[in-house]
Amino acid sequence: MSEPLQNVFWLLLFPGLVFTLIIGLAASWIVRKVSALVQWRVGPPLYQPLVDIIKLTGKEILIPIQAQQTIFIMAPIVGLSSMILLSTLLWRIIIAPSEIFIGDVIVAIYLMIMPSLALILGSSASASPHAAIGAGREMKLVMGYELPMVLAFIVVIIKTGGQLGLASIAGYTPVFSISGFLAFLVSLLAIQAKLGFVPFDIAEAETELGSGVLMEYSGALLALWKIMQAMMLVAFPLFLVIMFLGGFGTTGAQLWAGIGKFVIVLVLVILIKNTNPRVRIDQAMKFFWVYCGLISAIAVALAIIGSLYGISWL
Amino acid sequence: MSWKIWSLKKSPWVFHVNVGACNNCDIEIVNCLTPKFDVERFGIKLVGSPRHADALLVTGVGTRQAAVRLREVYRQTAKPCVVFLIGACPCGTGIFHTGYHVEGPVDKILKDEDPNAIIAYVPGCPPKPEAIISGVVKALSVL
Repeated sequence: MSEPLQNVFWLLLFPGLVFTLIIGLAASWIVRKVSALVQWRVGPPLYQPLVDIIKLTGKEILIPIQAQQTIFIMAPIVGLSSMILLSTLLWRIIIAPSEIFIGDVIVAIYLMIMPSLALILGSSASASPHAAIGAGREMKLVMGYELPMVLAFIVVIIKTGGQLGLASIAGYTPVFSISGFLAFLVSLLAIQAKLGFVPFDIAEAETELGSGVLMEYSGALLALWKIMQAMMLVAFPLFLVIMFLGGFGTTGAQLWAGIGKFVIVLVLVILIKNTNPRVRIDQAMKFFWVYCGLISAIAVALAIIGSLYGISWL
Repeated sequence: MSWKIWSLKKSPWVFHVNVGACNNCDIEIVNCLTPKFDVERFGIKLVGSPRHADALLVTGVGTRQAAVRLREVYRQTAKPCVVFLIGACPCGTGIFHTGYHVEGPVDKILKDEDPNAIIAYVPGCPPKPEAIISGVVKALSVL
């Protein structure tokens, strides 16, 4: 296979769009099913997320007259393509660790911000007051969680001796140290906010904003957003597994261990989702800047001390 | 059967429109989502925006104030969509039949807006959650 053709294959079929989407739909079914079981319900059947997306594809696309049409249509495509890139990058690191470039952790952090930016763009372009409030809240939320999350990832880079490649970071397990564990907690909460799950679903707030940022989207464009969210549900826990929990193998016991780590992160996210009420935007900002920021800063200090004096458990 | 209709029947997302109800039918609709009845088994989900909805659950008699909003919400709903009239009031205006504030039965208001609107009726004052689920299942099976 020629190289451009192979890149397209990686991006669209395996391990990019189609493969990640299948796992993502299964993961979003797990989210709904576990939520239902927590609430003592039966929950939807396995094919439910897939049917939802098929149905949305067949529906009419309504675009508000006052909306900025180009941005309104482009925003979900931008978000989805950045998620395709991110998931391809992460899976390629797992499949072929020797073929990657140095500094991909920085590229991955940038790609992880893109879905939120696309959401802000799309909802601002949709000329709806509810979506505008949602966009404002999403913007504040992004400013809130980015700082502690990047600090938490700096802890990992210090703990692994200044490695900037995800494949070499995957060889370490920083979570088995005090600073690494604190950083893992902070980035788990930041992932919760990135996924838009319940304590931090302030931007989507079904009950007060009527699904906020996504309010004016319908039909196939809404399906694109749903596909993007399903892929986020794979890529973000996978990123945490690579950063903190020692990565994902491709053979035998290592593969099962990797799947186990992924499911543990996913179930932690679901349990946080189901046991917390939604916070206000000012509470979320205070939580991320004051508490999570402080914990991240302490973790960075501990990691620096640990690496200076060669104490591996610090 | 086309794939559009099949997938619509497997995952009908509903939007709840109150056009002047006494709140009894609204409570019974919310009842359907509780663990005892759990309509998420059938893929039914309550959504916050009519643009995401496949079915409108209309309760209430259709007052003159609310009729304008009902037409607006129906226009905003992405087609194909189904309208369910829940309770005696939207089905035939009930005891408010001669009221000064009543614009008319809800199905008439909707037929003015779109003559081809798909409308299903679930009578009762209020209908039990079992009746609502049974009505929705019957309506979807003839779609």
